[in-house]
Amino acid sequence: MAADINLKLHEGELVGLVGANGIGKSTLLRTLSKVQPPLHGSVFLSDKEIREYKTVELASQLSVVLTEQIASKNLTVYELVALGRQPYTNWVGKMSEDDIEKVKAAIEVTHITELTSKRCFELSDGQLQKALIARAIAQDTPFIMLDEPTTHLDVYHKAYILKLLKRLAFETKKTILFSTHEIDFAIQLCDKMIVMNEEGFEFGRPKELIQCRAFSSLFPEDLILFDDKSGRYKVRG
Amino acid sequence: MVLLVCFITNISLGSVFIPWLDTLSSLVGGTVEKESWRHIIIDYRLPKALTAIIVGSGLGVSGLLMQTLFRNPLAGPFVLGISSGASLGVALLILGSTAAGIGLSSFLISKWGLVIAASLGSVLVLFAVMLVSIKVRDTMAILIIGLMFGSITTAIVSVLSYFAPAEQLQQYIFWGFGSLGNLSWYDVMIFSGIFVLGILLAIMSIKPLNTLLLGENYARSLGLNIKTSRFLIILATGLLAGSVTAFAGPIAFIGLAVPHLTRQLFYTSNHKTLIPAVLLFGSIIMLICDTIAQLPSTEYTLPINAITSLIGAPVVIWLLVRKRKMLF
Repeated sequence: MAADINLKLHEGELVGLVGANGIGKSTLLRTLSKVQPPLHGSVFLSDKEIREYKTVELASQLSVVLTEQIASKNLTVYELVALGRQPYTNWVGKMSEDDIEKVKAAIEVTHITELTSKRCFELSDGQLQKALIARAIAQDTPFIMLDEPTTHLDVYHKAYILKLLKRLAFETKKTILFSTHEIDFAIQLCDKMIVMNEEGFEFGRPKELIQCRAFSSLFPEDLILFDDKSGRYKVRG
Repeated sequence: MVLLVCFITNISLGSVFIPWLDTLSSLVGGTVEKESWRHIIIDYRLPKALTAIIVGSGLGVSGLLMQTLFRNPLAGPFVLGISSGASLGVALLILGSTAAGIGLSSFLISKWGLVIAASLGSVLVLFAVMLVSIKVRDTMAILIIGLMFGSITTAIVSVLSYFAPAEQLQQYIFWGFGSLGNLSWYDVMIFSGIFVLGILLAIMSIKPLNTLLLGENYARSLGLNIKTSRFLIILATGLLAGSVTAFAGPIAFIGLAVPHLTRQLFYTSNHKTLIPAVLLFGSIIMLICDTIAQLPSTEYTLPINAITSLIGAPVVIWLLVRKRKMLF
């Protein structure tokens, strides 16, 4: 497990978190989003310790897209996105004009307008991922965290989702942190990256990370080698 | 409208033949051919029909709450062990008293004795499940624990019935058939009081229930206090299912099937629609079941528990086979 992680994220940044299986990416994300308490150390969000946030307060600061399936796939895409407004609605969950506007905007910005009346079980993995991202956008938080948003997607949709995140971070000035195994895509698209390995972690712009050979130390070098020029891993011949 | 028709039809049927018109007029207080008819309608059939409505809608809503809370289409008041808790209470009272050799006065084995025993039993199991739910975070684990409680209860009941004399055993089995009759106006008032309380709690849980459709981790990230909502929902279920079992016996199938039928018909998972729909649907189905129970012969009334299963289970199977998808 990686130890001693110290980093600061800024608004409008797309930050990719990479590392080998079992290194603790999910644990880090879960800790940052208060799903589990920190093993030690502390997490600050807008200068306030995350433990001091009430659950509802935190819900207006931080939204998540998890790897787990949503429980009810009978929801329509619109209902799913609208659930993102829950922290702001009244006791029975009635949406105000403003809520409806925000839901509409989230649906438009993720290009899922034609899917709104579809049920979640009718969607492809890529479409469902877009809908889940739209839900997080509708929650209208300055910070969005996604746990492996590109798993189970084909290479086109992997790129599509990551491009979408890039555009959202830029257009909506949100801080977006996601974990991924698509290291080559992340290098091309992220503003900053966190590389977790056995010794600790490296944080910086992808180019800087390539220069300090962070990606080479990510995996054992007996099978694959990181090629600095192309920014990809190559199988040892 | 359908509810009203079912309601009137239900009241007009029974072991004594009373014409439709006289049924209506005794309900609205008009003239009736025989005064005894009015007595039958007002003091026997009307409370029974009201009980059917409360039982059907109460069980339906408690099933809906359980299914969403556990995000499991198989959940229901029976699965959580609430009904078996009530059965245990009654079994201990009816069978245990003689097995232990204590001569109990006839009052204790009277109707109120049964109601109190059933309530105590279901509250006890509910309390145990709630304690566990505070300790255990995983809802699937709670579901399994509920099932285990059910098994323990069944085991104790069978041990008791092994030692109990035939008379007592028969009394227990009759209680197990379920019964909508036998309730006086006074009973119905208390019953509906608890029912209204349970429904109010259910209505308060609409928003948490909708949030829980995403799963617990998403719900937490949306600012939902999981423990409080879970407590609220379990309490509502306990009040509804517990009181129904106490007053009408363990009624099978309704709690599990009504939410499914409603979801299929309304094609939604939104609880703002589902809760009123299940209320309506549960009462209609229960009234129909009770009407059928009286149909074959005017002499006897069939056990309601058998009817709910016989009519309802095939309907659910048919719906699922036709749609090939368990909506949730």
